[in-house]
Amino acid sequence: MAGHTRTQRTFSEYLIERLIQTTGILVILFLALIFLFLLREGGATFFEVSLRDLLQTRWYPNEEYFGILPLVLGSLLVTLGAAAISLPLGLLTAVFIAEVAPRWMREVLKPLIEVLAGIPSVVLGFLGMVVVSPLVREYLGAPTGLTALSGSLMLGYMALPTIVSVAEDALDAVPKSYRDAALALGATHWQTIWRMTVPAARSGILTAVMLGVGRAIGETMAVMMVTGNAARMPLTLNSLLMPVRTMTATIAAEMGEVAQGSTHYHVLFAIGLVLFLVTFIINLVAAWAIFRQGRRYGRLLS
Amino acid sequence: MSRQLRQQLGFTLLGLATTIVVLPILLLVGYILVQGASAISWEFITAMPREGMRAGGIWPALVGTVLLTLGTAIFAVPVGIAVAIYLAEYAHDTSLTRLIRLAIINLAGVPSVVYGLFGLGLFVIFLRLGTSILAGSLTLAIMTLPVIISTAEEALRAVPQSFRIVSLSLGATQWQTVRRVVLPQALPGILTGVILGLERAAGETAPILFTVAAFFLPRLPRSIFDQTMALPYHLFVISTQVPGMPLRIQYGTALVLLAFVLSMNALATVIRSHFRRRRQW
Repeated sequence: MAGHTRTQRTFSEYLIERLIQTTGILVILFLALIFLFLLREGGATFFEVSLRDLLQTRWYPNEEYFGILPLVLGSLLVTLGAAAISLPLGLLTAVFIAEVAPRWMREVLKPLIEVLAGIPSVVLGFLGMVVVSPLVREYLGAPTGLTALSGSLMLGYMALPTIVSVAEDALDAVPKSYRDAALALGATHWQTIWRMTVPAARSGILTAVMLGVGRAIGETMAVMMVTGNAARMPLTLNSLLMPVRTMTATIAAEMGEVAQGSTHYHVLFAIGLVLFLVTFIINLVAAWAIFRQGRRYGRLLS
Repeated sequence: MSRQLRQQLGFTLLGLATTIVVLPILLLVGYILVQGASAISWEFITAMPREGMRAGGIWPALVGTVLLTLGTAIFAVPVGIAVAIYLAEYAHDTSLTRLIRLAIINLAGVPSVVYGLFGLGLFVIFLRLGTSILAGSLTLAIMTLPVIISTAEEALRAVPQSFRIVSLSLGATQWQTVRRVVLPQALPGILTGVILGLERAAGETAPILFTVAAFFLPRLPRSIFDQTMALPYHLFVISTQVPGMPLRIQYGTALVLLAFVLSMNALATVIRSHFRRRRQW
């Protein structure tokens, strides 16, 4: 069975290859569609509300006050707080797992941290409400436990699995010969870690930091459940112990109640567009750090 | 301070940080387990919610979550694996494949609530699917793609090059090689990735808020164009939106959701370690 089966085969090979390639292009299309539909539903904002009104300090949509500054600052405050918690903890833990822990301990710690990544954010939010915020109220003297700090604590922990696993991967990828050279020159294990291994892994660690922060900005449910959702400007020092409202929580809480096509509806989509662009830039930086290193991106996403 | 002493202190600090990270995970999971266990009963799992959700069970929410997870799998698994095959087996390092990789990384970073907005804009409104299981599954599927693609690609790449070379040298075409040689070898790894991706979809709330989730709907969905309750959204509703909600039911719901998701996680881990031990390369 020579001749025609063979051409048939080549033809179906060609077809399959094209088909598979098309799915690859589909991925790009999906990202473009997200952007387009946010723009389609949110773009009208910029005709209905002036930029000056958007950049006001009052968010009170029922009376047509669409100042998004308190929401932007709310997201910023909670995210910075989360970063302050999760970056040191995450990086130290990654160093411990990659460089110090014996093999059996590594085999226990890694799946445990994966478990944290698997806990749904609504479950963490629930725990934040019933466990964390009473503690914040009791021991830190906040009038209510639903504060920016509670949000930062939850977000900090939620960002940890990403930071730990990506940073640990980066440390793991540093060639053993680097460490051996440092040790042979008389450095202690501790000196080798901080003067050789960590600097050598820095672009992977930067990726870890960016992805962790990106995850924190975009988190929705846990934040909405523990931050109290008061749209106020968090400008004073004690704002950490006051309720605050993030961009993500605003969308999640209000989209269900607005009339489709109203100004409020458009503004919520515009906030989504801002979130999309911010995380897009953060991910570009993260991706750039990986590509520059020529490393595979697999583990970053899971 | 001597170098050795400093090293000792340093390692202690690292161990301390790790403890601070890990201990709360164990405590929180244990806490839910202890508090939620008393609520769990056959009736709690299989009964409709009653009296404004303050009594009865979580059956429709559980069924809804299972349906949404299956729906997500139907759309995300074939596309995800196809993209992974393209990237691992066909694509060269061109600007197109770089662009695809960049898109995957960015898709993974899109906030879940933005997926919700996107699903509302595209599936619910533009394609007129309404708030429905179909719209919710499609939204979750796109959100799940990056995880499936990246883990499946890793699994495909882990198959030794010699397998492909032997198959091709015996006269098999590239697709025959992929389908009969590479895919079967990579299957456990792919399966692990699929389960991890679906695990995330099952636990998500924000993407289903505006695309499928029903606040209170004490019956099972009749078609894919129906709304449905879902466990994550149900937990959100009963812990924030319903005054006078018995804590016991909240903990019970949290426990069922956690058990659902973590058992998928455990399944993925078991598959991974089982096949890693068995494989011969």
